[in-house]
Amino acid sequence: MRVEGYGLIDRDRPLKARFDGREIAGYAGDTLASALIADGTRLIGRSFKYHRPRGLMTTGLEEPNGLVEILEPGGQITPNTRATVQELFEGLQARSQNRWPSLRYDLLEINDLLWPYLGAGFYYKTFMWPRAFWEKVYEPLIRRAAGLGRLSGLHDEAPYERAFAHADLLVIGAGPAGLMAALAAGRAGADVILAEADSRAGGRLLHEAETIDGQPGAAWADSVLTELRTLPNVRVMLRTTVTGAHDGGGWAALERVGLHRPPAPDLPRECFWRITAPRAIMATGALERPIAFPDNDRPGVMLASAVRGYLHRYGAVAGRKVAVFGPHDDAQRTARDLVAAGVTVTALIDPRDEAPETAATGDWKLYAGSVVTGTRGRKGLTAVRIRRGGSEFWVDAEVLAVAGGWNPTVSLACHMGARPVWDEGRAAFLPPPADASGAVPGLTPAGAAAGHVSTAACLADGQRVALGLVEDAPDFPLPQASDAAPAQTAFWDVGAKGRAWVDFANDVTTKDIRLAAQEGFSSVEHMKRYTTQGMAPDQGRNSNVTAVALLADATGRSIPDTGTTTFRPPVQPVSIAAMGAGARGKGFAPQRFTPADAAIRARFAPMVESGLWYRPSYFPAPGEEGWEAACAREVGYVRNAVGITDVSTLGKIELQGPDTGEFLDFVYANLFSTLSPGRVRYGLMLREDGHVMDDGTTARLSEDRWVMTTTTAAAGQVMRHLDFVQQAHLPRLRTRFVSVTDRWAQFAIAGPRARRLLEGMLDAPLGEFPFMACAEITLMGAPARLFRISFSGEHGYEIAVPARYGPALFRDLVARAESLGGGAYGMEALNVLRIEKGFLTHAELHGRTTAFDLGLERMVSGKKDCIGREAAQRPGLTGPERQQLVGLRPLLPGRRITAGAHLFDDGTPLTRPHSRGYVTSVGPSPSFGWIGLAFLEDGRARHGDRIRLVDRLRHIDTPCEVCPPVFFDPDGGRMRG
Amino acid sequence: MAELIANGGPGGGLAAVEPIEAAGCTLELLDLGPVAAIQPWPGRTGAVDTALKARGLGFPAPGRSLEVADTRILWAGRETAFLIGTAPPALSEAAVTDLTDGWAGVLLLGERAAEVLARLVPVDLRPRACPEGTALRTLLGHVPCLILRRGGGFEVMVMRSFLSTAWHELATALRQVAARRAAQG
Repeated sequence: MRVEGYGLIDRDRPLKARFDGREIAGYAGDTLASALIADGTRLIGRSFKYHRPRGLMTTGLEEPNGLVEILEPGGQITPNTRATVQELFEGLQARSQNRWPSLRYDLLEINDLLWPYLGAGFYYKTFMWPRAFWEKVYEPLIRRAAGLGRLSGLHDEAPYERAFAHADLLVIGAGPAGLMAALAAGRAGADVILAEADSRAGGRLLHEAETIDGQPGAAWADSVLTELRTLPNVRVMLRTTVTGAHDGGGWAALERVGLHRPPAPDLPRECFWRITAPRAIMATGALERPIAFPDNDRPGVMLASAVRGYLHRYGAVAGRKVAVFGPHDDAQRTARDLVAAGVTVTALIDPRDEAPETAATGDWKLYAGSVVTGTRGRKGLTAVRIRRGGSEFWVDAEVLAVAGGWNPTVSLACHMGARPVWDEGRAAFLPPPADASGAVPGLTPAGAAAGHVSTAACLADGQRVALGLVEDAPDFPLPQASDAAPAQTAFWDVGAKGRAWVDFANDVTTKDIRLAAQEGFSSVEHMKRYTTQGMAPDQGRNSNVTAVALLADATGRSIPDTGTTTFRPPVQPVSIAAMGAGARGKGFAPQRFTPADAAIRARFAPMVESGLWYRPSYFPAPGEEGWEAACAREVGYVRNAVGITDVSTLGKIELQGPDTGEFLDFVYANLFSTLSPGRVRYGLMLREDGHVMDDGTTARLSEDRWVMTTTTAAAGQVMRHLDFVQQAHLPRLRTRFVSVTDRWAQFAIAGPRARRLLEGMLDAPLGEFPFMACAEITLMGAPARLFRISFSGEHGYEIAVPARYGPALFRDLVARAESLGGGAYGMEALNVLRIEKGFLTHAELHGRTTAFDLGLERMVSGKKDCIGREAAQRPGLTGPERQQLVGLRPLLPGRRITAGAHLFDDGTPLTRPHSRGYVTSVGPSPSFGWIGLAFLEDGRARHGDRIRLVDRLRHIDTPCEVCPPVFFDPDGGRMRG
Repeated sequence: MAELIANGGPGGGLAAVEPIEAAGCTLELLDLGPVAAIQPWPGRTGAVDTALKARGLGFPAPGRSLEVADTRILWAGRETAFLIGTAPPALSEAAVTDLTDGWAGVLLLGERAAEVLARLVPVDLRPRACPEGTALRTLLGHVPCLILRRGGGFEVMVMRSFLSTAWHELATALRQVAARRAAQG
């Protein structure tokens, strides 16, 4: 119900939303939680394990019970949304979760009757037999019974965002301490980011009847925020939770951008921020802690801070009769505030024998030296049982406000391994000191997070910390505020018989914790895993300290000796969609397109990925079915006429300088300094460990200008390698290199009619241009580079022009090829052509092969040193036990062979230790049928042998003949001729 | 004899090249003109600087750029500068490599340009850390790029093959920032 005259909501802006199909009325400024409370809804969810009816306990991110599914237009569902965080907007639709068939009648409530069997670690004990039942029967059952919200099953196609921000100082939290810190640093001119998880600045000031400088706390907070927003050096980020402290002054934060309003095109739902700030002030405040007493989880049992919060911020109370319980002065503060608002307080129950004098002065009945030992009301609280001395009796209450004291929110300060420190006097864990091992560098706690209690102390601490961090910051007078600082005691459990909840989110009771200790899980980390305490979405915010205290009690240790579990980022659930914003589908990786891409697609070529690049698989012809027919036709162009293919994706690195030959000698296994200008040489590059890194051709265009070609896949790796060699080994050589891959559109022209095609378009006659020649020429007015190289085994050229001419040249080349009986060919044909010739790709140069394995050991020059030369001589990298490159052809015509298959000798078992090798590449050769390349133990000595090819994934078992890896034109006459 | 048609640049195969206006920013393709890498021989940066100074430019310090008339020279990596807008001079103490067509540029102008770019670029773009004339080698999303802060906006240069992805990323960031502004009313 609403209380007139209370709340920061805008009563002129009514809103309508739906919960479980029922209309809920609220106002701008409400959360779903406050609207439900105002509406009189107390039952909002079912507990994780026992399916017990639950209501709201808190007002914030830490809410353990009030998790709902948000339904969006189009069928999308966002589960596990905290109703306390979800701001109300017109048309919001929410649904309760983890219940069936409905919230009021949940059949799985039977779990609550089975509770004696479902205690801590029950699944370790109960479902032991038969063993096979665990995966097939028990686990699915448990998973169905216990749980959170459901996913829609649809892809999340909504927009999300990632962003970066930088500041001198990050202030985390905009309560009294955070606002003062931001104000002090901001007025001093520092670049400040003030991040606040809530939709409004003020922290507890929004939730209490506090006065600052004579005005209501919320008004003061608004005025500070207004000033901060006028400062150009301060950036205020509301609805932004700092979720983690990371290395190098890095902070992760999650912003709710569109979750509090109806979806709009392009409006991100959330933004995942990476903030870099060398210093941060942790003004994250404190959270009130519950008390363990039997049936303390009924809808209507709430934290006292939340009862006051709903009253002051939202003008809402969850019932007409409220009882208040706690060993803390906040209990009577709650009673006082409620009575002032016209709400009936039926009892103030204070465990202290000597409750403060003022506690007896209000319009309520005080029960000093008393505790609550039970509650009544399955779907909503009706009464609480009070024990005073030896007697127990019931008092009516629809709401029980529990004031257990406060826990500073310290987790961010512990993200790098430091542990919080128990303060006996304050009965609370405080953040680790700045010099503690694993403390977060640059982080200073302030305000309630640092253990300060009164509003005045928090204001002063925020200002003090900021003034200490920012040089020459001007001091200014502190605003006047309450200095009331009630003491708190270590009061965790009333010690009555019955199930008393500690972790509401994961259904862990005091019994479970004692059981864990009794069964030997007495370390806090073991207890956590055995009971699952602290492992729910609330990360144990409401339960960790109580659980540690109870474990300490059960094991006879002190709280500091018991310690805490490890704090890890993130402090709240972060949607993967936000962290991976933009990376869905094709956003996963950048796409690289060649200059002729559109011209290639215009010929309906299906495109395949090659690294980040897209290349044509084949060029379909009318009436032709399937890729194999197209591939055979395209192979025929090259073997019989002339074919054109786009090779722009190959890495091109231009090198210059008088010492380039010497540099290349060191990075290539073979000799390059002897190469004449106008000539090209095939090169093999080794890694430091002696294995092959890459191959390709390098052309010497002139005395001191060279261009290196790398494979498409290894272009970046080779560039990095060259950079490394230059910086680490040969820094004095006068050679420089830069990637020119994207400058040039390059096409292969291959086949017996290649020269005829070329001569028809060159500006000057080609003249003598032998195999492995190169030249800088002009082509139809454009500058061009011509290379006589071949990856097909035919008479072939590659011609490169500046990218802008790429589309036109591709069209022209293909048209000319077609007029000569040829045409364009794609990757499938290119692959068959090179397999026929035994040419290598990264299927063979996969990082575990040596020059010896490839039959190229003679390329490793003995006349000079090079990277990898010595390492390649190591024992085990040469010899008959190595798997060596061979060719394969099936012995039975029409039988398939596949890349990835393993090779076995006849008569040996088909098990891994008997595998003699594996297949790297296969292709349908029009001349030879299916052929392949493979690595086979001592393969070069086994040409002519029979071997069994087995692919156990595709159920292929084909006898093959081992042969030399060059099937076509072994002496290379066609290529050179 | 027929001339080869130069229809591949500067967009180089990019389909949608209409400028975009959103969030008080404009995004448009930039015709870089000639681009060349200048890389002094080891220890000869000073001599190259002197030679370039004679032409009114100089070799830029790391992270910096220089500009004269329509010509810019940007630091572009380890002992490397890109000369943009004019044909490169012959330099005896440096490697000079023509990169024209190899790099493509996008211009992002407007009051919120830094805010848009902060969706994609991890480096500090605050004016103090990134003043006018700053040249940055960084990532735009996953795309390697070279960024120049110039004339109240940013010139974002990427290798030509990445242009389509870079444009898409920037356009998305622009629209999302605009949608935020619209939502905040």
